[in-house]
Amino acid sequence: MTDSSAPSTSPGDKTATLTATLAEEAGHGDGAAGLLGSDATPAVTLQGVAVSFGDHVAVRNTTLSLATNRVTALVGPSGCGKTSILRAVNRLHDHTGGTVSGTIRLGELDVYAPGTSPELVRSKVGMVFQRPNPFPTMSIFDNVVAGLRFNGVRSKALLAEAGEAALRHAALWDIVKDRLRDPAVRLSGGQQQRLCIARALAVEPEVLLMDEPCSALDPVATGKIEALITELAQHVTVVLVTHNMFQAARVSDDTAVFLLGEDRVGELVEVGPTGEVFGSPRDERTRAYVTGHIG
Amino acid sequence: MSDLPFDVPVTAGAGAGVRVGAGTLAGLTRRDAVRAAACAHLDRRRRLGRLATVMCVGALALSLLPLVALVVYVVSRGLPALSGGFLVHTPTPEGIPGNGIGNAVVGTLIIVALAMAMAVPVGLAAALFVVERPGRLSGALRLAADVLTGTPSIAIGVFAYLTFVLAFGYSGLAGSFALAVLMLPIMLRADEEAMSTVPDELWEAGLALGSPRARVVRSVVLRSALPGIVTGNLLAMARAIGETAPLIFTIFGSQFFVFRPTAPMAALPLTIYTNATEPYADAQRTAWGTALVLMVLVVLLSVAARAVAAYLHRKAR
Repeated sequence: MTDSSAPSTSPGDKTATLTATLAEEAGHGDGAAGLLGSDATPAVTLQGVAVSFGDHVAVRNTTLSLATNRVTALVGPSGCGKTSILRAVNRLHDHTGGTVSGTIRLGELDVYAPGTSPELVRSKVGMVFQRPNPFPTMSIFDNVVAGLRFNGVRSKALLAEAGEAALRHAALWDIVKDRLRDPAVRLSGGQQQRLCIARALAVEPEVLLMDEPCSALDPVATGKIEALITELAQHVTVVLVTHNMFQAARVSDDTAVFLLGEDRVGELVEVGPTGEVFGSPRDERTRAYVTGHIG
Repeated sequence: MSDLPFDVPVTAGAGAGVRVGAGTLAGLTRRDAVRAAACAHLDRRRRLGRLATVMCVGALALSLLPLVALVVYVVSRGLPALSGGFLVHTPTPEGIPGNGIGNAVVGTLIIVALAMAMAVPVGLAAALFVVERPGRLSGALRLAADVLTGTPSIAIGVFAYLTFVLAFGYSGLAGSFALAVLMLPIMLRADEEAMSTVPDELWEAGLALGSPRARVVRSVVLRSALPGIVTGNLLAMARAIGETAPLIFTIFGSQFFVFRPTAPMAALPLTIYTNATEPYADAQRTAWGTALVLMVLVVLLSVAARAVAAYLHRKAR
């Protein structure tokens, strides 16, 4: 292809076609208020957030609002801090030793205030990981209600009801309703991932963080998860980290693009409604990235 | 070229048509020269491989020989002692028939059970600390465990004598204490090993649900590590059950059935020790018989450990 530092935009150029395709895929941004729009209430706001591991800063100065009940995709090349930002929202860096600075708010709750317990944050913010990680010692049902049990729910009736609701939500109920006592690891990879989604939903989170949830799945399973994500956004705010720009274009309402800065530190480059980010990116680096010239 | 599904134009220098100018392979094409070298190399590897296999089998036989000899010897010398009732009778004076080691069997079972009751919870808790709070203290704990593992068991016996026996007198409980000290470091390392193999993804899955850390440890980490923990602890027990030295200084021995652990008790290893050092043929036969019983007990325990671990593993699948 041509010189990567100066992407050509002449008609008929492949890059222009790709941009058009991505914008077309994202065509369902049907004029609804984007996350920069005025009437969207933010479910999560990040103010000047940076994440570092020891001396290494993974991502810096990220300011971003995530609109309630919309799907926001975080895209960008490997190592640009998407996942670090995601894990900052539910304080998972507490476990792995990363340091988070700046302010993150869940609605009114200051996530990193001294009095805020990480458990409270995590019960409001569900998470789905790259590789399906059901608890291998538990049955399908026990996996779904694990979060409820861990949080002290004892009532059998409530567990059964919440478990079924979560499995229905994750489009898994019809498949597993007759084998709820089977070990969870007997399910296929895609089903395991939907089980993990159900497990996260059972705790009734307000926000669902998804860290490349399809990267270990085949295209069919990926399609099912993507359909599910669109569904879920009716009840919960979804934040989706993905490498796959077509996936971002297909399922997200808003897109935030992260890239590596000159000094190899990740930074937020552009954010906006997905159709706009892919169709008419305002930042030159975004344009280069979404057309495949960098990253 | 014929092994390719399509024709590739071969230019000079691609290897096929070029002839090698010098050496033993002179006159061959470069490709044939490479093939010839590879074949010769493969032949050499094959001969070496055969030699290595023979040596490995030899080493295996050599290392199995003492074990087999020991088993055969103990069985052949021990079997004559196993008359009816050997396992349930109490010892009789020399020359009187109806000798038995029932009291030692009972004593060993009680002493080891109590030792497990002391060592297992402490080992688990210490291992959990080492896994959960890596740092200088954990490093020191781990080092202490390694040193303790290498400590001669007689030293542990003396330690138990000085701390326990001098204060409370000879008793089965003192023996349990000594065996617990002996097992503890083995258990700690086995438990730690089992817990640290639990993937971080499961930790995170648990934490991300909003669970308190302690709950994640109990319901996810310990549960996933259970097969390894059970195996490790049972193997530590199999090791301790045959130890004599820690018992010499602690349980004193007894000729009667004793079910009260605060009193002096008998145990299988001690029975072997005392009988084997007697000048009477009867006593020495008893020692061999007891050794056979103890050996079978250890084998059974090891097999049980494996079976339990395999069962838990299968359940986890």
